[in-house]
Amino acid sequence: MTAATATAAAPVRWALTWATARRVLAQLRHDPRTITMMIAVPAVLMILLRYVLNNPVALNRFAPEFIGIFPLVVMFIVAAVTTQRERARGTLERLMAMPLGKLDLLLGYAIAFGLVACAQVGVVLAISLTWLGVQLPGSVAPLAVVAVLDALLGMSLGLFASAFARTEFQAVQFMPAFVLPQVLLCGIVVARDQMTPVLRWLSDVLPMSYAVDAMQHISTGAAWSSPVNTDIGVIIGFTVGALIGGALTLRRRTR
Amino acid sequence: MAGVAVTSPGLSRLADPVVAANGLVVRRGGQVILDGLTFTIASGRVTGLLGPSGCGKTTLMRTLVGVQMVAAGEVKLLGRPTGDPRLRHCVGYATQDPAVYTDLTLAENLRYFGTVLGLARPRLADAAARTVAELSLGGLEDRLVGTFSGGQLARAGLAVALLGQPDLLVLDEPTVGLDPVLRRDLWAMFHRLAAAGTSLLVSSHVMDEAARCDDLLFMRQGRFLAMATPPEILARTGAADLESAFLTLASRSEPARP
Repeated sequence: MTAATATAAAPVRWALTWATARRVLAQLRHDPRTITMMIAVPAVLMILLRYVLNNPVALNRFAPEFIGIFPLVVMFIVAAVTTQRERARGTLERLMAMPLGKLDLLLGYAIAFGLVACAQVGVVLAISLTWLGVQLPGSVAPLAVVAVLDALLGMSLGLFASAFARTEFQAVQFMPAFVLPQVLLCGIVVARDQMTPVLRWLSDVLPMSYAVDAMQHISTGAAWSSPVNTDIGVIIGFTVGALIGGALTLRRRTR
Repeated sequence: MAGVAVTSPGLSRLADPVVAANGLVVRRGGQVILDGLTFTIASGRVTGLLGPSGCGKTTLMRTLVGVQMVAAGEVKLLGRPTGDPRLRHCVGYATQDPAVYTDLTLAENLRYFGTVLGLARPRLADAAARTVAELSLGGLEDRLVGTFSGGQLARAGLAVALLGQPDLLVLDEPTVGLDPVLRRDLWAMFHRLAAAGTSLLVSSHVMDEAARCDDLLFMRQGRFLAMATPPEILARTGAADLESAFLTLASRSEPARP
């Protein structure tokens, strides 16, 4: 009652949001191996894709889709485990007893991981467009924007999923449980319009389908076309929705 | 410059109890954890919350700091119902397992939690320096908390609780597993803080700590066996020490239970 009204009334306090973002980045800075893996894993996977396909035409078609998926998957795991750890170690409870709003906390995470996502996507794009020779029909800007939004989507889904994990082990298990079905249904393995109606419907309600759809439009030349803008809107919608879900499942007072 | 601005509701009304509960019931997972507690905690004193593990001490503390739902009854802290957002500035809480970021340095922990408490930059540095000195953590500021010894880690957790100079400090088993010298120093610090006007609620399951408290709450199975000062409890039970007093009170309460 009182807590709920106060949370609803409290605006985001940027000083606290920014302090939280700085804290998360400081934690990552003290863990160079994690930050190296976050930045390097998507890039290494792209290099692998290049040599597995070993065909410039196929690479130009598939590279953008994977540039959208790899950072999403990495961010999902990192966000889910980080938040789960915050719950398990009691720091979340301590913060909930302090004057910190839930949105201050979640947006702090979003800003910190958003900056990491920019670095992640920057590296994977630089390697893809130079060394691997991926060619885009249009400018690189929409690809970069969609890739960063996809990474943020992965982060917010990870934050939300962590609410249902009691242990770090469970949080990691959510990656195959939440993300791999989306990889199967997003249109990379089989085109979405060739799916049976049930699968097509499932594909329509899963966020990764829109991430891949946007990338498919971008790789076939329709840079800022209206289908891409619609996909971007849906991706942002899912990201915000998952963050709100994260805020709702983040209970200040336990039962 | 004499005097500090009194902003917190507690300091202006030192005579009132800092906590007043009436028929407080807390259930978790269908089980009654706190079974209709009515009690007060005096301000400016060290109140010990003693009882075996599992008796509800931590749940009571979590209720006071506003992270536990109340099923029935009421509990007020500094005149406001627990969970009131305005109380979050007035209460310092240290959990049993030190809730600090082990992948940050001590200074980074204090800076973050201090900012969350609303301390602006110059006051933040002062507050951090004060708590570091108070808990003899000098020289460890730039070390990762994950590399601390158990005793240092426990003190890092306490440092965060002290950071905002709260009116009420809620400390869950703060001295468990610490070496005797450190325990003595911490109890001395608790009494120093109480003398300066802070109210403290300190839990323990070790009865030899009970004698160090000004007031005692003896707890068993979600109820209080006694609420009094150590000499009063000894006089009432005729026991030689507080451990036997607890046993006497526990056996007296036995037939009354269903």
